[in-house]
Amino acid sequence: MDARAEATPVTDPTRVQALEEKLRDFEKRLTQVEQQVAEDKVAIVVFSGDLDRVLAAFIIGTGAAAMGQQVSMFFTFWGLSVLKKDRQLSEKTLFQRMMTLMTPGSSRSLPVSQMNYFGVGAKMLRSMMKEKNVNSLEEMIALARELGVRMIACEMSRDLMGIKESELIAGLECGGVASFLADSLKSRTSLFI
Amino acid sequence: MSQAFDKLLDARGLNCPMPLVNARKEIGKLELGQVLKVMATDRGSIADFQGWAKVAKNMQLVAQETESTEGANVYVHYVKRTA
Repeated sequence: MDARAEATPVTDPTRVQALEEKLRDFEKRLTQVEQQVAEDKVAIVVFSGDLDRVLAAFIIGTGAAAMGQQVSMFFTFWGLSVLKKDRQLSEKTLFQRMMTLMTPGSSRSLPVSQMNYFGVGAKMLRSMMKEKNVNSLEEMIALARELGVRMIACEMSRDLMGIKESELIAGLECGGVASFLADSLKSRTSLFI
Repeated sequence: MSQAFDKLLDARGLNCPMPLVNARKEIGKLELGQVLKVMATDRGSIADFQGWAKVAKNMQLVAQETESTEGANVYVHYVKRTA
């Protein structure tokens, strides 16, 4: 049937019109499909502030970036500690001050998720990593930057926990759930760590 | 055995993901069609480079071999820039 349609040109104007309409409909649907196709992107939520988990997040992030993926890392709740450069207590409520004192002041003082023993476990892991020539978390953060990994600090949890923007390292983007989802929905891989 | 290459990257002693990351940086400096030889001691790099080749649009894994020098294994990857 297709071959015959090709052989005899359609001259009936109503049929031509019907075909044109069909074509326009196909074009519209094609654009819709194209908009839904995943891109070479990876979206990672870093919820945890545990050294081991965060390291895993950065290894996946930098690895994906090296493989040519566009990587976005969203830091929220305890994960925000990774991005802290120092502590600030002024202009905070009592609870916020308590939160500031009870959470790590920077990536250097993150605990490990197992066997932390008041920080001894984290120190041990760091020294074992050094011995095995595994990059430190701080080196991984710098590497992620260099590879163009986008780092987004969640505005809501930052504000809730009373973390000032001046307590965080420079060069971060700020965003909310929609900015994560906008990336995640276009990504082939989304992780929650 | 004697695969030709244009540039050598020594990633021996480095751990995941550094051989991959450094190779990615180096391959960007090559001309199209040139080959980068990567030497690594990370055993995982064999599978890592194969994985990279599967998704990469700008490179091709030409060859992989394992050399034994002074009792230690060195994993060698030949990566060609294609775009």
